[in-house]
Amino acid sequence: MDFQVVVMAGGYSKNLVPLVSQEMPKPLLPVANRPVLSYVLELLEASNLKDLIVVVEGEDVALRVGGWISGAYVDRLHVEVAAVPEEVGTAGALRAVAHHLTAKDILVVSGDLVSDVPPGAVAATHRRLDAAVTALLCITPVSGPSESVSSVGKDKGRKLPRANIVGLDHTRQYLLHVAAGAEVGKDIKIQKSILRANDQMEIRADLMDAHMYAFQRTILQEVLDQKEMFHSIKHDVFPYLVRTQLRSEISDKGAPKNGLNGVDYTLNGSEPASEILTNRTHKCCAYIANKSKYCSRLNSVQAFCDINRDVVGEAGHLSGYSFSAQNNIVHPSAELGSKTTVGPQCMLDEGSKLGDKCSVKRSVIGRHCRIGSNVKIFNSVVMNHVTIEDGCFIQGSVICNNAQLQERVVLKDCQVGAGYVLTVGSEYKSEPLSKK
Amino acid sequence: MAQKKTHRTSSDDPEELTRTVLQAVLLADSFAQKFRPITLERPKVLLPLVNAPMIEYTLAWLESVGVEEVFVFCCAHSQQVKSYLENSQWTKQPGAFSVTTIESHDAISAGDALRVIYTHGIIRGDFILISGDTVSNMSLAKALSEHKDRRKKDPLAIMTMVIKHSKPSALTHQTRLGNDEIIMAIDPGTKELLYYEDKVDLSQHLISLDKMLLADKSALSLHNDKQDCYIDICSPEVLSLFTDNFDYQHLRRHFVKGLLIDDIMGYKIFTHEIQSSYAARVDNFRSYDTISKDILQRWTYPFVPDVQYLGNGLQIKLDREGIYKAPEVVQSRSAHIDSFTVLGNATTVGDNAVISNSVIGQGCTIGHNVTIEGSYIWDNVKIEDGCKLSHALVCDGVHLRAGVVLEPGVILSFKVEVGQQIVVPAYSKVSLLPQPSKQDSDEELEYADANTGIIESPSIATMMNAQKVDFPTSDADRSGTSEFYVSGAGYIWSSCEGGNEDEWRHSIAPIPADKLSESLLNAFADVDAPDQDTSCIPASGELLPDSASTVGDGEDYRDSADFEKEVEATFQRALAGVDLENVILEINSLRLSYHMSHADCAGALFHSIMKAALVPSYSSKNDLYANAVKEIIKWSDLLKHYLKTLDEEIEVILKFEEISVETAREFSPLFSNILSCLYDKEILSEEAILSWAQEKEGADESDKIFTKQSEQFIKWLREASEEEDGDND
Repeated sequence: MDFQVVVMAGGYSKNLVPLVSQEMPKPLLPVANRPVLSYVLELLEASNLKDLIVVVEGEDVALRVGGWISGAYVDRLHVEVAAVPEEVGTAGALRAVAHHLTAKDILVVSGDLVSDVPPGAVAATHRRLDAAVTALLCITPVSGPSESVSSVGKDKGRKLPRANIVGLDHTRQYLLHVAAGAEVGKDIKIQKSILRANDQMEIRADLMDAHMYAFQRTILQEVLDQKEMFHSIKHDVFPYLVRTQLRSEISDKGAPKNGLNGVDYTLNGSEPASEILTNRTHKCCAYIANKSKYCSRLNSVQAFCDINRDVVGEAGHLSGYSFSAQNNIVHPSAELGSKTTVGPQCMLDEGSKLGDKCSVKRSVIGRHCRIGSNVKIFNSVVMNHVTIEDGCFIQGSVICNNAQLQERVVLKDCQVGAGYVLTVGSEYKSEPLSKK
Repeated sequence: MAQKKTHRTSSDDPEELTRTVLQAVLLADSFAQKFRPITLERPKVLLPLVNAPMIEYTLAWLESVGVEEVFVFCCAHSQQVKSYLENSQWTKQPGAFSVTTIESHDAISAGDALRVIYTHGIIRGDFILISGDTVSNMSLAKALSEHKDRRKKDPLAIMTMVIKHSKPSALTHQTRLGNDEIIMAIDPGTKELLYYEDKVDLSQHLISLDKMLLADKSALSLHNDKQDCYIDICSPEVLSLFTDNFDYQHLRRHFVKGLLIDDIMGYKIFTHEIQSSYAARVDNFRSYDTISKDILQRWTYPFVPDVQYLGNGLQIKLDREGIYKAPEVVQSRSAHIDSFTVLGNATTVGDNAVISNSVIGQGCTIGHNVTIEGSYIWDNVKIEDGCKLSHALVCDGVHLRAGVVLEPGVILSFKVEVGQQIVVPAYSKVSLLPQPSKQDSDEELEYADANTGIIESPSIATMMNAQKVDFPTSDADRSGTSEFYVSGAGYIWSSCEGGNEDEWRHSIAPIPADKLSESLLNAFADVDAPDQDTSCIPASGELLPDSASTVGDGEDYRDSADFEKEVEATFQRALAGVDLENVILEINSLRLSYHMSHADCAGALFHSIMKAALVPSYSSKNDLYANAVKEIIKWSDLLKHYLKTLDEEIEVILKFEEISVETAREFSPLFSNILSCLYDKEILSEEAILSWAQEKEGADESDKIFTKQSEQFIKWLREASEEEDGDND
């Protein structure tokens, strides 16, 4: 297909503290007990995109992620894991791996994407429209994870939409305007020249940028070379390409026309109008995913909870497991005590044990957890090797590997870091708890 | 017209039990001057459009869509309009369709007109607001029922605007009707109008939409390809809104924009887009030309010359290739009439004349070997042999002598005569009436008293000379006409505001190629211009040049900088001799408008004073010091006005520090001297200086330069105050 894929897998994301740790970088965070990165990799594999570069932040993360990938995908994918320093941004990461890029088009995917939108469709749209860049846009889920990173599900009272402002042409194929919600001030500013060139523009506030972009390699590399300041693909490179679509400074052939900066494009008056007008444009396109498709990014603690819940629930087909008649997934080796119930949309993995009279609803429980009697777990994620003693009550929380909850601990909307111990009878509400 | 009456009466809303009469308000005054000089003598609505007065098209359409009561508002030349209507079929015929005139002489805008209509209290329900120069054949039933349905659900939906697809040219930014491009934002679901910008400012590269527009909806569509038809279905509230907001003048610029911005009342405007039917308004000469052609090409059917609707009682015949001929045309065998041409009744065409794409009125005489192309010749025009007319508009009674050439875009008003072999330059406007001077630049007026403000005749003469026009015009004093009469009669009007520059935009003549290529280059400038500002901004996640600077501290800073500039400008005026009291008044108003404190005023003022001290040349420090002292003494009264409290005095010292470090380093060696001078002149109190020194004690070393410099002075002050304290004890 002559497509190369760059997966931006990240490292120790600050937004996900305390869920991430030395042992558990962001790409390996479990979603229904599988690393989140596996969802992207399998999605790409399904579209026959097997030539991948996975970019992670930091050497140790690269080792961990590389180890996992080579184990899991040894003869399925051709994956190279590249480490880049932290804080170089996604654009910097692309620059770092630029010498590996040779294909005609590059697909850049965020490693935290959990979706069933086929990347092949995005790639095909990109080719079909001969675009400089094609972005995957998803219709924002009504109550799903919010686009904004900082807010943890509490911005319901907020009046203004934080979603992106996206301008499309009337066929909804071409992208005419993008602005991230947080960057838009009081007014939405639209370039008149782009509106004029397209007659009309549909401005949408309900589309989420899924961080999957197909770029023409030559154009991408030219932008990266010329604009050294550019830090992020979403915030710099992509908006820049959309903004300059009518006065393209990059040539389709990849060779800059006028030296390095290309800004001082001199106009030859004798050239016929149409030729100049068409020559100076590049196309920015959008692939808008069908409403029924699932598309979320794991970029906040709230999103982590939501995605885990969705993957064992309404978007169950993503998990790759088969559901039981009770609409849940209980590993055969899991042990349940008497009068213990595991509700629908739950997952209980290998070797975990539950005591008597427990109740689990809409939660994911990892491997080899030991859970005592009279424990209630609702709307939560419990990772591997967690010990929960009798009478605990856990709601809306995340409990990381090897954590220990002693008797009668009550947690509401908390995150318990790896290996953390909660003493008898302690109660917490809406707090991140982890070792310093 | 009887044929259309019958099928209309049945279309009334069946659900409406109390049937209201559908009313219309027809503005028989455009409140614009685009058709001058013609409109000095005849109101625009009575000007012939393909040999029928424009108002006929509008009235005929209103009748065809089931309107039963029309109020014709006349202002300019109201007598002419009234007498025309009295003699027309509209008032004579009995039946459901009634035409009533309302007259006002002091209305200068559509807003005024609607206020007058409101005071008459004649509008009882939804009505159609239309201007008397609109040509349309759309069916109103759907728009009307949409409007009524919306009204039932939401009483705030007070207006429905009719729009039509029309893409403005990318080069000239105007539609084929010669209107400026319009940018509209419309809710794709409800068709609510959210944003309206006509007279799009080309220098502005960005459209600003309020983010709140998207607060309760997920999408809106922005259109650059719509044309406003100026046909509005209004609810009675519209009239009262005009009355409440007495400053609304223009229907679009004030009323529509006013409603869209105002979110307190929450009134909503909706749009209705027509697809296949026709609606356009004769707004300028270019639209006159375009609409005439549309009528000839039958886009406006049934309102075309050969259908009996306009009461001219003549059986006009349509030949092949769109040639319309009235019965009594006398045409030479050798004359060649080309496609899309109308020949009016009793017109004679001489040998070898060539007429194409033109409209010729009644009773015209066209001589031999005349060429007429794309022109509009009204009634009783005499064109002698060998004339050449291209894209000209020639009014009633004009006499062109042999060999006259009218270049594209020429307008000849009533009864103008042009002498032999004269070439009238492109875009000239010639009238028997002299041009009123531009002293009342109130462009909203269609008519003006011909007696007031006439440009001095020499100016016409000089203009003529300057242009080297070989076209003598009659002088203002009619005594000397005989001499000029041989060659012609009329004044060449100098082009109105905007200059010759924009004449081509709204002219009948097609846009010349050189203008097109010129605007092509401009179009590139347009696209390129924002290049600089977008490429020079730091690429740190911003999107648009000013999105970042309008938030947070940036704005604050800019405001205060602006404020300082304003104060300085005011101060400059004070230097130029404006009264001190007025300066204080001005600064106070600036303070209020920028939300500044007295301290800011004092600081800014002090800054200006010190700047003024830098203006005279100085050779040494001592000179500069002397200058500064002089300025300080001179303005001490003004300054003291703002130094009422300690805080303000401290602000002045801080400001002084700031300027000595940043803008005017010349003062830094003189800091302590000037400080003591300020103290001597009782501008600053010792308390202020001491508390400033105290404040600075804890500061960085770099901040302490000036306290150190003034150490002695401060020490002296301290001792003095201690002594004083001691005395008091």
